[in-house]
Amino acid sequence: MSRSINKNNTTVLKKTPTGINGFDEITYGGLPTGRPTLICGGAGAGKTLLSVEFIVRGALDHKEPGVIMVFEEKAEDLEQNVASLGLNLKKLQKDGLLWIDHVHVDRSEIEETGLYDLDGLFIRLGHAIDSIGAKRVMLDTIENLFGTFDNEAILRAELRRLFSWLKDKGVTAIITAEKGTGMLTRHGLEEYVSDCVILLEHRVINQISTRLLRVVKYRGSLHGTNEYPFLIDEDGISVLPVTSLLLGRDVSSQRISSGIDSLDGMLGGKGFYRGSSILVSGTAGTGKTSIAAYFANASCGRKERCLFFAFEESPQQIVRNMRSINIDLNKYIDTGLLQIVATRPTLHGLESHLVAIHKKVKQFKPRMVILDPITNLVAVASLGEVKSMLMRLLDFLQNEGITVLFTALTHDKENLPQTDEGISSLVDAWVQVRDMENNGERNRGIYIMKSRGMGHSNQVREFVITSKGLELIDVYLGPDGILIGSAREAQELQEYTGAAIRSNAANRKNREIERKRLVLEAKIASLKEEFESVQEELNKTFVEDDLKKEIMEKNRQQLTQNRNSRYTENGKVNKK
Amino acid sequence: MKKKRPETEAKKTDRPPTEYKLRLYITGASPNSARAIINIRNICESYLKDRYDLQVIDVYQDVELAQQEQLIALPLLIKKLPLPERKLIGDLSETEKVLKALEVNM
Repeated sequence: MSRSINKNNTTVLKKTPTGINGFDEITYGGLPTGRPTLICGGAGAGKTLLSVEFIVRGALDHKEPGVIMVFEEKAEDLEQNVASLGLNLKKLQKDGLLWIDHVHVDRSEIEETGLYDLDGLFIRLGHAIDSIGAKRVMLDTIENLFGTFDNEAILRAELRRLFSWLKDKGVTAIITAEKGTGMLTRHGLEEYVSDCVILLEHRVINQISTRLLRVVKYRGSLHGTNEYPFLIDEDGISVLPVTSLLLGRDVSSQRISSGIDSLDGMLGGKGFYRGSSILVSGTAGTGKTSIAAYFANASCGRKERCLFFAFEESPQQIVRNMRSINIDLNKYIDTGLLQIVATRPTLHGLESHLVAIHKKVKQFKPRMVILDPITNLVAVASLGEVKSMLMRLLDFLQNEGITVLFTALTHDKENLPQTDEGISSLVDAWVQVRDMENNGERNRGIYIMKSRGMGHSNQVREFVITSKGLELIDVYLGPDGILIGSAREAQELQEYTGAAIRSNAANRKNREIERKRLVLEAKIASLKEEFESVQEELNKTFVEDDLKKEIMEKNRQQLTQNRNSRYTENGKVNKK
Repeated sequence: MKKKRPETEAKKTDRPPTEYKLRLYITGASPNSARAIINIRNICESYLKDRYDLQVIDVYQDVELAQQEQLIALPLLIKKLPLPERKLIGDLSETEKVLKALEVNM
């Protein structure tokens, strides 16, 4: 009766949806209809809650009445306990959708005096089921009977009979049992209820608790075999179907702006792909959160919802701090476009974080999710776990077409630009912001390590945070490498002065040449003078010679004249 | 409803001789039930002659009783009087245990 015929004429197991978030996905439909399911786990693992939710969701969502038979708590206690999770059992009882029976047996007042059976239980259960036409039954925790009755042989036989009787009744039953040592249950109930066995665990590692659910066995059905984390909160149980994710998602080629124009510029001017994953890593104080806030701001500016998970700062802190760089997130929070969810990583286990994020995302339906920073999650779990958690988170978000931005803290000591979480291989784009310490100051440099599927700049830009916002500046590429900060400014200044000095020097040279020219010209002039004087000298001798010649001529003529006259007067005079 | 009437009746009519007030819950004609009836009748006749008031109730006839009376293991014999109230489960074949639980002086 619990089987239906499908097209291939083979019987397939019919399943009853539990209505519990995620659980139906890992069991591909829910619990086996008309069969008992065993839920085992330690104290406080959530067995009762899971069962109650199964019954209540059945009653509310599927109009399938259910019977709750409790062996531990009183009916009133149970009502109170689950009321804190928003389940109103009283109303359901009034509406005839729920029947609660509290089985109470006091060991001390019972004497066993021969053979007996548990017909009383059968009658009660039968009556309850028939009264409301129940389709779902929960027995919590039937193992308690082992403490009540001595004759285990009878008890075991009766339990076996009970489970087959439940099958005959066609009800989908949940039987809870305490986890035993070395066995799934303390009293080996799994021998009798073997169609579907679910194990709940509450693991505490490093003082952080994680609830885990595992389908140990599910006869006649496929099921996820991993340990799935689950969360109990005010809305009941949420299980995260972690590895049902495939890489077959649609991709968008739409580009969205990062909010920082110059960063978009490094990505061909168009920004990142929608639905891609972006990692911003950097050392402490490099402005990762500021970049994240820019993303959020840009997303909200496009009227797209953005969900900001902050693991370090409170929402108020983020709003205040971002105001200092000219980003007003408050107005988006008021209009409901932005939601900042601040939790300490140590609040719950890693997997519970994942479930919580999952749930929030499903509720808020954002187009962009920011996690700031993922590094802090390492406080809760080992690196490997963080990586696997982030991988699943990424897969989930990308399946939903949500753009996701992680920030990650890297440490200076590491030379390799490797993020702690090793998720760099998973992300589509990786922006690295780093400190560059030089000349007694620290400056920020930003560069794109990778960006799948788009051309991107290979340059390191200087990244400046001012009261006006973020800005990327081209770094100075000098002969000694890149220069940033005041070194860049100094270099620029130096270049400027260099130019001035060079022009000055050229001027001086010009002047010198002029002077030399003048000197030369002066020299030339003096040489000319000299030459003229020499020429004059030479000329002078020539004139003198001429004069001498003239004078000597004159003298000779004189002499000759004088001699001639002596001859005429007295020859004796001339002889003297 | 059923349980009240015989109680008052017993009190009124047979007060002095009724020292033991017993109630046996059975489930139809199951072997355990049948044996339990025979056993308790024997015990009562042998040890409590004229000092008892035994009532046999078939739970199948009134299934609501099961929840009201917190019935699980059947057959169940409840010693209402003398106080303290005791509950005996099983087919009552272990006579000594039954007598001890009923606090019958042999």
